Amino acid sequence: MDPIILFFLLGLIAGLLRADLRLPGSIYEFVSMLLLISIGLKGGVELASQPFLNLLPDMLAVVLMGIALPLVAFPVLLKLGGFRRADAASIAAHYGSVSVGTFAVGVAWMVTRDIFYESHLPLLLVMLEIPAILVGIILARGMSKGTAWGDVSREILLGKSIVLLVGGLLIGWLADPAGMASIEPFFFDLFKGILAVFLLEMGLIAAVQVGALRKYGLFLVAFGILMPLFSALIGAGLGWLLDFSVGGTALLATLAASASYIAVPAAMRISVPEANPTLSLTASLGITFPFNVLIGIPLYYELAQRMPIAGP
Amino acid sequence: MTNLPFTIRKLMTIVTEAVIEQPLLKDLERLGAHGYTVTSARGKGSRGVRNAGWEADGNIRIEVVCDLDTATSIAAHLKERYYDNYAMVMLLSDVQVMRPDKF
Repeated sequence: MDPIILFFLLGLIAGLLRADLRLPGSIYEFVSMLLLISIGLKGGVELASQPFLNLLPDMLAVVLMGIALPLVAFPVLLKLGGFRRADAASIAAHYGSVSVGTFAVGVAWMVTRDIFYESHLPLLLVMLEIPAILVGIILARGMSKGTAWGDVSREILLGKSIVLLVGGLLIGWLADPAGMASIEPFFFDLFKGILAVFLLEMGLIAAVQVGALRKYGLFLVAFGILMPLFSALIGAGLGWLLDFSVGGTALLATLAASASYIAVPAAMRISVPEANPTLSLTASLGITFPFNVLIGIPLYYELAQRMPIAGP
Repeated sequence: MTNLPFTIRKLMTIVTEAVIEQPLLKDLERLGAHGYTVTSARGKGSRGVRNAGWEADGNIRIEVVCDLDTATSIAAHLKERYYDNYAMVMLLSDVQVMRPDKF
């Protein structure tokens, strides 16, 4: 078993047992910042070696996926789940957007096994982060009244994750390779160590959400597992359409399957305050994140292998 | 001992979700607060434990010293705008200050 997964389990178990373990908030923030920067940098370095225009179709395709996924999730939550409109919209937005932590685990999984994946996936990660938020807001309250779009766009575009991912991409893209070599040991070589600490904390956080699960019942649990499975199918199908490699298809499926817990909660809290944040966070952190990390990623790789793929 | 010239002002303490810090501070300035102090906080209330383990789980405590009129309009605004949907507690108390024009 991958050591980083064991770190996640350690956090999860320690949290469930209410062990006296807690990462200081500023350490967690630092570790998650490092992850965002590393992922951005890595993508940027690779992007520098290919013409940007060729990537536009892929970027457009994932944006469409980011719009479609919440549109599928919303009616399910509203009708089958019986959630209020605001709650259904907010949960749908979480599941249409992406989790950088899950993506990082996926990347580590591929790297450990020497599996090739398309280097512009971090760019697609950035593209997938935003559309679902806008769809969620519109689903909750329509286009017109009462949305402070200024505050919302500030929260989305200047939120930590977008700034650091895009910033990292740009730095990796603009910096000369010789200069990059000097910061590689910190951002790239230590990546898995940083990820291990991050997952320890994520285990602790997930354990807290599991506690809230008992309150919200079976539907949310089922949704938290079935929705990512469905999304992974869509993601893998898109990877196939875009002629991705097996590794790339698996990572695109992982991106589709992941649910946000950083950018979307903050944006939803500001723009759809009447939505209960505990519902969406319980689902995305308490169920979907652990599911993807422990079971989903290997499963999505299996799935990608079964797609009839032309690429390398 | 000489009598120092103290004046009574109001101290508003607001404990709420870190996520609304920016819009809230904008509101405070618009409603006439001359300054504020923001600290990170954690604790437990009717909306559960908020232990600042990660972004969406943090609280802040905002302190504002102001006159009664400003405090009243801030209180009315917060109650109307935020009380329904956000974890928020607001306390008002008397404090003594030496430079009343500052607040």
